[in-house]
Amino acid sequence: MASMLTEMETLTESRPRWTEFIIETLIRVVGFSSVGFLVLVFLFLMREGVPIFFEVQPGNLFGTRWYPTFDLFGTLPLLLGSILVTVLAMVIALPLGVSTAVFVREVAPGWAREILKPMVEVLAGIPSVVLGFFGMTLVAPVVRETLGAPTGLTAFTGALILAYMALPTIISVAEDALDAVPKSYRDAGLAMGATQWQTIWLVVVPAARSGIVTAMMLGMGRAIGETMAVMMVTGNAARLPFSLDSIFRPVRTMTATVAAEMGEVAQGGVHYHALFGIGIMLFLLTFVINLAAASTIFRKRRRGGLR
Amino acid sequence: MNRYWVQRIGFALLGLVALIVVLPILLVVGTIVVRGVGAIDWEFLTGMPRDGMKAGGIFPAIVGTLVLTLGTALAAIPVGVGGAIYLSEYARDTWLTRAIRLAIINLAGIPSVVYGLFGLGLFVLFLQLGTSILAGSLTLAIMTLPIIISAAEEALRAVPTEFRTVSASLGGTRWQGIRHIVLPQALPGIITGVILGLLRAAGETAPILFTVAAFFLPRLPRSPLDQTMALPYHLYVISTQVPHMPVGIQYGTALVLLMLVLSMNVVATVIRGYYRRRREW
Amino acid sequence: MTAKISIQSVSYAYDGKPALRDVTLDVPPNAVTVLFGPAGGGKTTLLRLINRLNDLVEGTQMSGRILLDGQDIYAPGIDVTSLRRQVGMVFALPLPLPGTVRENVLYGPKLADVRDRVRQDEILLRSLTRAALWDEVKDRLDEPASELSGGQQQRLCIARSLALEPEVLLLDEPTSGLDPISTGKVEESLFGLKQDCTIVIVPHSVQQAARVSDYAAFFLMGELVEHQPGDEIFTTPRDQRTDDYVTGRFG
Repeated sequence: MASMLTEMETLTESRPRWTEFIIETLIRVVGFSSVGFLVLVFLFLMREGVPIFFEVQPGNLFGTRWYPTFDLFGTLPLLLGSILVTVLAMVIALPLGVSTAVFVREVAPGWAREILKPMVEVLAGIPSVVLGFFGMTLVAPVVRETLGAPTGLTAFTGALILAYMALPTIISVAEDALDAVPKSYRDAGLAMGATQWQTIWLVVVPAARSGIVTAMMLGMGRAIGETMAVMMVTGNAARLPFSLDSIFRPVRTMTATVAAEMGEVAQGGVHYHALFGIGIMLFLLTFVINLAAASTIFRKRRRGGLR
Repeated sequence: MNRYWVQRIGFALLGLVALIVVLPILLVVGTIVVRGVGAIDWEFLTGMPRDGMKAGGIFPAIVGTLVLTLGTALAAIPVGVGGAIYLSEYARDTWLTRAIRLAIINLAGIPSVVYGLFGLGLFVLFLQLGTSILAGSLTLAIMTLPIIISAAEEALRAVPTEFRTVSASLGGTRWQGIRHIVLPQALPGIITGVILGLLRAAGETAPILFTVAAFFLPRLPRSPLDQTMALPYHLYVISTQVPHMPVGIQYGTALVLLMLVLSMNVVATVIRGYYRRRREW
Repeated sequence: MTAKISIQSVSYAYDGKPALRDVTLDVPPNAVTVLFGPAGGGKTTLLRLINRLNDLVEGTQMSGRILLDGQDIYAPGIDVTSLRRQVGMVFALPLPLPGTVRENVLYGPKLADVRDRVRQDEILLRSLTRAALWDEVKDRLDEPASELSGGQQQRLCIARSLALEPEVLLLDEPTSGLDPISTGKVEESLFGLKQDCTIVIVPHSVQQAARVSDYAAFFLMGELVEHQPGDEIFTTPRDQRTDDYVTGRFG
């Protein structure tokens, strides 16, 4: 009996496969579009931000005072404000996050895991404005009371909230890193007479080192880029955070500046361009951080190993 | 034994850390629920704001958020799922593919306020869409894209290669195999990823700040080129810019937003769990 | 008698590592041709070249020709999906597609635009009968294929390929995971199938090869050592290496 083939076609005469071709082309175009979007974002930031370099002296731009109404566009306090809050947040979040990841992956009993994982997912889902609201109405007053400070809206408060926002990222990436450590490592540690505790900290965690570093970088990227929560909680005073007690004083981040002032500026004006300039800085900062994180991942994958 | 005591204390410490992580989460959700539930009534949810936002309902903000989320979905899902299909089924391991993956990782890391600036620059100004639902949705869509692509790609890759081989051996083209077998099998994972991306879009403030959000707009949006209120922006303004705003309304608004986002989270988790059990491979 | 499939001086390599060296083989129509030999001999590779399933693999080099009914199947302009409808394949593990028994069998025909319900039912009955499965599943057509036993699933896969009424059926160790009874049923069905079909099978044991073959070809490390009618090669092989393998001196 002849095959189904001969009812419809011969071996060489292919049915016009236009639909297949169209679909494939469409999918390819869409696939490339993500690169296109990244370039697009950068382009439009540049378009509105580059003019600032022609409108304002570099001395001004990298100066120490941000008072747009007086034509002072010193971005240093904003940059340092972002860095301060981010670093503080990482100091809090990294130990918390890695320890939680270790706890979930290596130590916790099943029932604890069933509670912890959803909780972290819930945290990841809480909108930043809600956390900012909570920080503003509840955490800041507590900080103020405990420290006897004039206000609870400080860099420290911001760091606290930021730390919790970065936690889900850090925990999940660190967990993946711990997962990637082969069972044989743990078995070897235990076989040498080490306790589980010793094995974790002397064998497993060092083996997951690069993954944990990646977790930190991604967490940092998240923290630097956070807008609403810090805006509502850090007090928004564009001061230079140079002394130690600046931690407990208001500070202003780059993101908060852009978000707060963009609504008030005239389009095309110097202030407007300055804010876009800050946007460019933010883009580049997070780009570099993500590039570093991605290259760690890629390098690890290619080597197939664990360092 | 010294070592085992160290271990016991160590484990207890880790448990303590986990507690330190979990308790504030419960605190946040709990506080908002407790302080906000009092303000929730039918009028709050379906009525228009009055008295400069100090009384009445937040209906326009709820509608606005839903509309924006819908717009984001319409724009981001086709491009996102299409991109994922490309990466999973068609792309070869070339420098171009690696560049695409890198671009996606970077897009995922861009601060939300930078997306807001971008949306302002491209959609509101350059394309002259003005502050509109269209501009806001498109901005949110680009922000959500990397999330959807990553999740969808993972779901597609999880489908065993054997299915594709069998389809090819039965005279199926690559697209036919994708359409009839791979995509349906990956659908639960894709849907979960889409929902998680959309809940992020629903909760974001910065991207909509300059592209669509209006504060006192006590009517429903009339067209895609219209401005609209939105829950995240509303919460921000009433908690920071309006003097003498009743605290109950603030917590009530926060509660509504939180519940919206958390319920989407729950739906996504339920879908993921249900289909994981029913998998046919 | 003209060959159904004519393999002419085919050499094939993965990333420079040769899998087939200058293989020339004519497969006679309406008969069971067995490709046997120790692992790594290139048998599965050759099979996948006949339905061009290896097109999906990157980094390969090929020379030589393969003709089906006198036509070079690698010529430019050949529609690969049409080829695969003419040349069906059954894999070593039962691989049911997600879905019901009916959906599995009709997957190929539906892709080929067979929409008539009556025709579909005909195909269903005929393919499942030829695969010796009809009696066991005729009341379970709309149940998930994954609920069948391993042997039944494999026969389902055979039925699935048969639904396209192929002129050639390639089977790659089809009974390797199956119990003896299922194996017997599959082997038996081959006798009926070869009346309409040309069969090329890689058996999972020499004994199976001896049981089912009309013709047999012995492969060693990518080389075709010899190719004889079945009743001769296992009893009086012409090459010492064949003899050594058949008598179990290596395997």
